[in-house]
Amino acid sequence: MTAARKVTMRSPAQLAIRRFLHRPVAVAGLAVIAIFVVVAVLAPLIAPYSPIATSWSAVRKAPSLAHWMGTDENGRDVMSRVMFGARASLMAGVVSVLIAASIGVPAGLLAGFAGRWVDAILSRIVDAMLACPFLILAIALAAFLGPDLTNAMIAIGVSSAPRFMRVARAATLDAAANEYVEAARAIGNPPWRVAVRHILPNIVPPVLVQGTLAVAAAIIAEASLSFLGLGQQPPDPSWGSMLNAAQRFLTQAPWLAVFPGLAIFLAVLSFNLVGDGLRDALDPRGR
Amino acid sequence: MKSHLGVRIAQVIPTLLLVSILVFCLQQLMPGDPAMVLAGEERGDPQVLAQIRAELWLDRSLPVQYLHWIGNVLRGDLGYSWRVRQPVAHLIGQKLPVTLQLGGMAFFIAMAIGIPAGIVAAVHRNGFWDYLANAVGLAGLSTPNFWLGIMLILLVSVQLGWLPPSGYVSPFQDWRQSLATTIMPAFVLGNAIAAILMRHTRSAMLTALDQDYVRTARAKGLGETVVVIRHALRNALIPIVTLGALELGTLLSGAVLTEQVFSIPGFGKMIVDAVFNRDYPVVQGVVLVTAFLYVMLNLAADVLYVVINPRLRDS
Repeated sequence: MTAARKVTMRSPAQLAIRRFLHRPVAVAGLAVIAIFVVVAVLAPLIAPYSPIATSWSAVRKAPSLAHWMGTDENGRDVMSRVMFGARASLMAGVVSVLIAASIGVPAGLLAGFAGRWVDAILSRIVDAMLACPFLILAIALAAFLGPDLTNAMIAIGVSSAPRFMRVARAATLDAAANEYVEAARAIGNPPWRVAVRHILPNIVPPVLVQGTLAVAAAIIAEASLSFLGLGQQPPDPSWGSMLNAAQRFLTQAPWLAVFPGLAIFLAVLSFNLVGDGLRDALDPRGR
Repeated sequence: MKSHLGVRIAQVIPTLLLVSILVFCLQQLMPGDPAMVLAGEERGDPQVLAQIRAELWLDRSLPVQYLHWIGNVLRGDLGYSWRVRQPVAHLIGQKLPVTLQLGGMAFFIAMAIGIPAGIVAAVHRNGFWDYLANAVGLAGLSTPNFWLGIMLILLVSVQLGWLPPSGYVSPFQDWRQSLATTIMPAFVLGNAIAAILMRHTRSAMLTALDQDYVRTARAKGLGETVVVIRHALRNALIPIVTLGALELGTLLSGAVLTEQVFSIPGFGKMIVDAVFNRDYPVVQGVVLVTAFLYVMLNLAADVLYVVINPRLRDS
């Protein structure tokens, strides 16, 4: 007896997810990100202490059972501050990338699709923005906007928008060369409809990869701005500003410098691993 | 080929023009009235305010202000620091050599680590050394360099007491001390670029090792070292050097944090100090000069690419 062999059809997205799940390091990265997200969301419930409650009887205590990561110069619990700091870092990472993508992707789509002088003008603007080193542009923007977390996110988002524009433009040019795009045009679809319905879906994969890697860069950038005093303002915790404070007590309290830095490293590494994994999963030819 | 270079050089001009407009626009984001800031104690006196506005052309329309400003910039006048009352160009001229020394050392360290690591990774493709090089490279890219700096100070200066934790000595004053104060920050700065160079070297070497002339060299019976170094690496070096030159932006961004961590009085620390002193002409000047350097280096890398690549040179 012969059972009919079941043929399963899988969409490109399903295939990409399968390929992604076959990469253990990428999955590990995703798991670490998930843990960071849970910690950030549940921080008020799971943090052992308040992140801003000072205690003069527990100033700069080394890690112990009561304070797993020790206490800082104001007697605040470092672990609780690292947990709450995840909020600032993850939010800055995600929000600034959303800002960057919402400027860069439409601009890139427009440049790639409209071509000619629109493309020429947009591309020169992008060249000009890319000529200013990312962090220096972000510092200058944050300086002129004024130091706080929201402005830091805007500064990072605007500074990283040109990269999204480049990626979206290249993917648009790539997709526009497809025959179905020509067919869609030939049957009389208006240009905006061709762009949104037929081209936009094709630029999602490269933008997703760029977006994931950009979150990693944005987390470092937010930590850098906060380290310089241009991001999250005290007493609210952020990994970067904790490292700034820690630098003054390197000899007396080295643990202050270790844990926030480890948190940044782990978060950034995880986003980089997921980004690399996504790139391999979404573009099997690129290997 | 000459026409290609001509087009490339011509493209630089609109880019620089747009950069200048961008930098000029930064000033418009500033909260408050610059005249009020400059007037200080006398901000209540409308006559003083009017005088300052007239001096800085703040009472003119924006396009006129821009033309006035860019005219000065083209003559090398980047304005006056609000804080120390010195020409911005002069201040930048003082600080830039420090950062160039640091950057040069960092780039040397990056090449000394990144290129050999990339060669080893390519030669042992998909083997243990390849995975190790990639893992270390990714870790390097994921480490914020100011944290790496703090950790090195903790280990090398605080625990071992080998090197001074901060400060700077000019090489013209005492080159040994200069080396001692800059070697750690240069390593921190070079670390991220080493990882990028490693990746470029690996992929350029993989391409080169796949070429016919490498097979010919092997078929002639040449030793593997000679094949890898003399035949493959020489050809792979062209893209590595030019792509490496583009990391100047990474270098300058990194210098801001590294100089802050190690208290080195360079270009990067200057912008941070200027930001906190609300010394906006200095911030603008620094951004403008960095962008100019980057665009010019980019151009030089393109020209170099054509000049050292015989296939492009002769076509």
